[in-house]
Amino acid sequence: MILQELPFKLLWAFISLGVVTVWGLTLTGIVMKIFARVQGRLGPPVWQPFIDIIKNNAKRTAISHGIMFYLGPVFRIAGGIGTYMFIPVLFGSLYFSNFSMSGDLLLVMYFIFFGQLGMALGAGEGGHPYSSIAVARGLAQMTAFEVPFALSVISLAIQYHALNITDIVAAQQGGFLNWTLFTNPLAVIAAMIAMLGMNMYNPFSLVIAPQEIPIGPPTEYQASFLGMLATNRGIFNGAKLVLFMNLYFGGATNLVEMIVKTFAIYMFSVFVGAAYPRFKAEDSIRFFLRYPTLIGILAVLVWTF
Amino acid sequence: MNNDKDKLIIPPGDSDPRREWRLDDKTLTNAELPEEERDWFCDARPQPARKAPAAIERFFNWARANSLWILAFGTGCGAIELRPLVTSRYDISRFGMQMRPTPRQASVFLIGGYVSLKTLKRIVRSYEQMQGPKFVVAVCSCAINGGMYWDSYNTIKRIDQYIPVDVYVTGCMPRPEAVLEGFDKLRKLIKAGKAEGQNLYAEKFDWYKANQKRLIKDWNMPDYNW
Repeated sequence: MILQELPFKLLWAFISLGVVTVWGLTLTGIVMKIFARVQGRLGPPVWQPFIDIIKNNAKRTAISHGIMFYLGPVFRIAGGIGTYMFIPVLFGSLYFSNFSMSGDLLLVMYFIFFGQLGMALGAGEGGHPYSSIAVARGLAQMTAFEVPFALSVISLAIQYHALNITDIVAAQQGGFLNWTLFTNPLAVIAAMIAMLGMNMYNPFSLVIAPQEIPIGPPTEYQASFLGMLATNRGIFNGAKLVLFMNLYFGGATNLVEMIVKTFAIYMFSVFVGAAYPRFKAEDSIRFFLRYPTLIGILAVLVWTF
Repeated sequence: MNNDKDKLIIPPGDSDPRREWRLDDKTLTNAELPEEERDWFCDARPQPARKAPAAIERFFNWARANSLWILAFGTGCGAIELRPLVTSRYDISRFGMQMRPTPRQASVFLIGGYVSLKTLKRIVRSYEQMQGPKFVVAVCSCAINGGMYWDSYNTIKRIDQYIPVDVYVTGCMPRPEAVLEGFDKLRKLIKAGKAEGQNLYAEKFDWYKANQKRLIKDWNMPDYNW
């Protein structure tokens, strides 16, 4: 029975992957526009990320520094697609539930960091000093914001007695007052602060850090390598937003609801990013390990006792 | 008064008997590098790149023209006029352009002013590290004919004898509007498929390399910086 359903599920998983890629890249374009407007500029057109990807893939030459360098973007995009494939996009939908299964929340949390580790190895082989600095910063910051995020997820697991995203979404149905946002606000606060770090806008932009360590880990990546990384950015952004929507904001039952909710969640990072300057590496790590972690611990304690 | 190095420049097409850097049609010798360092670098000669079929190439050219990533090389005073380009007053991001601090990802090499002998080496290095198709815009009179440094012993006069240039922007210094006009011209050239500097460089590689090596005496890099 499961084998007979597999082609159907695969087909729809890839269609939903296409949808989230387009939506993720459009979001990137919208964000570029918003940042430009904040700075009093007109900014690039919303479809600029698509043109950039076409251009990067249309380059006539490309340089590789070795096997790991070559595999870095592959790991990254595998991490992005892997994350997305185990998150149900629409609750109760036959077509957009991807490969959600019991315990998928743990798998997704692993996949979120899998791509970054692969990228760290690849960027290291590129040999550019800025890449290594950015990788060190990125992994340090990643470890730091992982703590409040993991605590928040543990709190959710205790609250809903589930590690399955579909179950967690199901428990939030029946009116917006059932959303985790209202039933477990402490976990949501910890996770949303962790999301600021994940999305790497200011004040946590020290990985890419323009004007300081230009471009960061992908300094040596060009042509279709860069095109692949940019495509992954769309997928990964989309996947993370859908995950947050499912865990904390009641999920979505149709695509319009999904688009509105993910847009609103993303705008939280964007508004913070447009308003604040950048943290230094040590400040950023201390920040995550202080109040967000305390809030996360509180969220766990509240549901334990 | 007399600028001797210009007399040494060989005209395009002439064969140079002293092509010690060229082993055969596909391999470079990297002869100036110490013996133990030669293994570190690629010894392949750049080859003219093949284009995609016409319709696809037109589409690619449209994408290239609308996503110009600039590697700004502020060699001289002209660079001061490039900063306003990214501010709200001129805002090149409207055209999909952005500054890119690494040559690997840039597609436009912007030379902002006079080029001294020392800088030329870095220009060659950065230009060769860019991935094709790549375009060069030279800003300021100094990059075109030496400008006020016409008589200088240490400043090169015509940058296009060392790397292929697609668009020149005249002025001392040109206003940001003029630079924008230059980019507009470049976009038209790219869309028309006429900005093929990368292939020109590969085809006339010997000539460009001879000109570069004539001026750069402390050549301690591979013959082509892949």
